[in-house]
Amino acid sequence: MAETDAAISVRGLCKDFDGFEVLRDIDLDLAPGTTTCILGPSGSGKSTFLRCLNWLEEPSAGSVHIDGKPIGRSGNGRATRPMARRELASTRTSIAMVFQHFALWPHLTVLGNVTEAPVHVLGRPKREAEEEGRAILARVGLTEKADVYPHTLSGGQKQRVAISRALAMRPKVILFDEPTSALDPEMVGEVLSVIRELAREGLTMVIVTHEMSFAREIADTIVFMDGGRIREIAAPTDFFTNPQSDRARRFIFRP
Amino acid sequence: MNGLLVVWESRDVFLWGAANTLSLVLGCLLLSIPIGILGAVVLTEAPDPLRRLFAEAVDLLRCVPFLLLAYVVYYGLPELGLRLDPWWAGLMSLTVYTTAYLAEIFRAAFRAVAPDNIEAAHAFGLSRSLIYRRIILPQVAITAAPVIGNQVITTIRDSALLMIITVQELTFAANFVSANHFTPFAPFAAAVGLYLLMSFVVEAGVRRMERVRKGRYG
Ligand SMILES: Nc1ncnc2c1ncn2[C@@H]1O[C@H](COP(=O)(O)OP(=O)(O)OP(=O)(O)O)[C@@H](O)[C@H]1O
Ligand SMILES: [Mg+2]
Repeated sequence: MAETDAAISVRGLCKDFDGFEVLRDIDLDLAPGTTTCILGPSGSGKSTFLRCLNWLEEPSAGSVHIDGKPIGRSGNGRATRPMARRELASTRTSIAMVFQHFALWPHLTVLGNVTEAPVHVLGRPKREAEEEGRAILARVGLTEKADVYPHTLSGGQKQRVAISRALAMRPKVILFDEPTSALDPEMVGEVLSVIRELAREGLTMVIVTHEMSFAREIADTIVFMDGGRIREIAAPTDFFTNPQSDRARRFIFRP
Repeated sequence: MNGLLVVWESRDVFLWGAANTLSLVLGCLLLSIPIGILGAVVLTEAPDPLRRLFAEAVDLLRCVPFLLLAYVVYYGLPELGLRLDPWWAGLMSLTVYTTAYLAEIFRAAFRAVAPDNIEAAHAFGLSRSLIYRRIILPQVAITAAPVIGNQVITTIRDSALLMIITVQELTFAANFVSANHFTPFAPFAAAVGLYLLMSFVVEAGVRRMERVRKGRYG
């Protein structure tokens, strides 16, 4: 796939924290409309990688392009320089993120959370954004919760609000960092079924998850990370039935 | 009995004093809240030499007894060519002093906002000024209301010291009435009553914000 056709294109991405190497020389291209699940043992760098994609974490080397546009550093080739804050902020509007611990804004209602960035960052008319926000909330089964504050919601409902907040940006890509691992077991299903629905609609998503059967079911591509590197990129059936590396085999067939 | 009568007959003096206290405190808050917020932004965001300098200045101001600051402004500044009449000198010293405390209060309150919802704001493309205006300050107004309310009450109390530089505020008025009528108790009790009234109003505001906080944060 040509670099410019990819929804996300990563080249030579490295990250260290004060000399401690966490990501090493990562290259990855993800096609638009596909769902990618990132798997790997704890500490392998999955969250750090995801956070580099929207520059919440600044890589120590390498580049990230979202829908053909560079993020974090502007210019091409070797002559790049750090983006101005304003430019970085506006680039981020095409990549939404869903966090493990929801990270909703507690002082805003559910609908306020969903319309905040569309209205104040994208400059959409408030009326229109609210209408669309309510429609999105209806889709994730939260019609009645639009006007309450997040603290009154269950974990599963909070995460569905967080997903609605992401959808309201009409982003090119949505990043999920373990969207269900802070949830009580009985609430995992409701969040997964929303994500499953989005995958079916052809959104471009990158999901870090430990839910193996879910990954197998919805992913177009599995990315397996270990020790800060991508060890395997494969279709789910290939990855789960015939992993190429020992590490992946050990990871899948954990006792 | 006689004392109460004195107070009643000097009510215009008391009202004048109370009006001066109120105008000083309100004027002070109108200035020191926005400046304090800006100061807190500098204390949080500025690059190191500037931030350090600011932090030292704030700490220094908070160590100075308020009365001394009022003296410096009223009796000291004229030597440098700036002569203010008592009310303005009072407003200036009260504002400088309160701003130093508020800057520190706001700085601490900014830090107490959950980092994950600031990070989410960055991820959704909010600019820094939007993050302050839309995410941090609204939360600070709710969560820091009790500390800010305390500071307002302290400012009301400090304003009484301004009688020393001849500002005709409430304590000055009570002193004036008591000295002129040789009845110390009733005039001062009346002043205490009026100060209490002002504190109650502030506390009612704080309780209201507390209810808002309960509604939003549980
Ligand atoms: N801010 C940081 N400072 C220093 N080290 C960090 C920081 N963030 C992550 N690390 C380290 O980087 C490594 C990768 O962390 P990361 O959170 O990306 O792993 P992960 O694959 O998401 O793990 P998990 O499955 O437990 O969430 C770990 O060794 C972690 O300790
Ligand atoms: Mg992680």
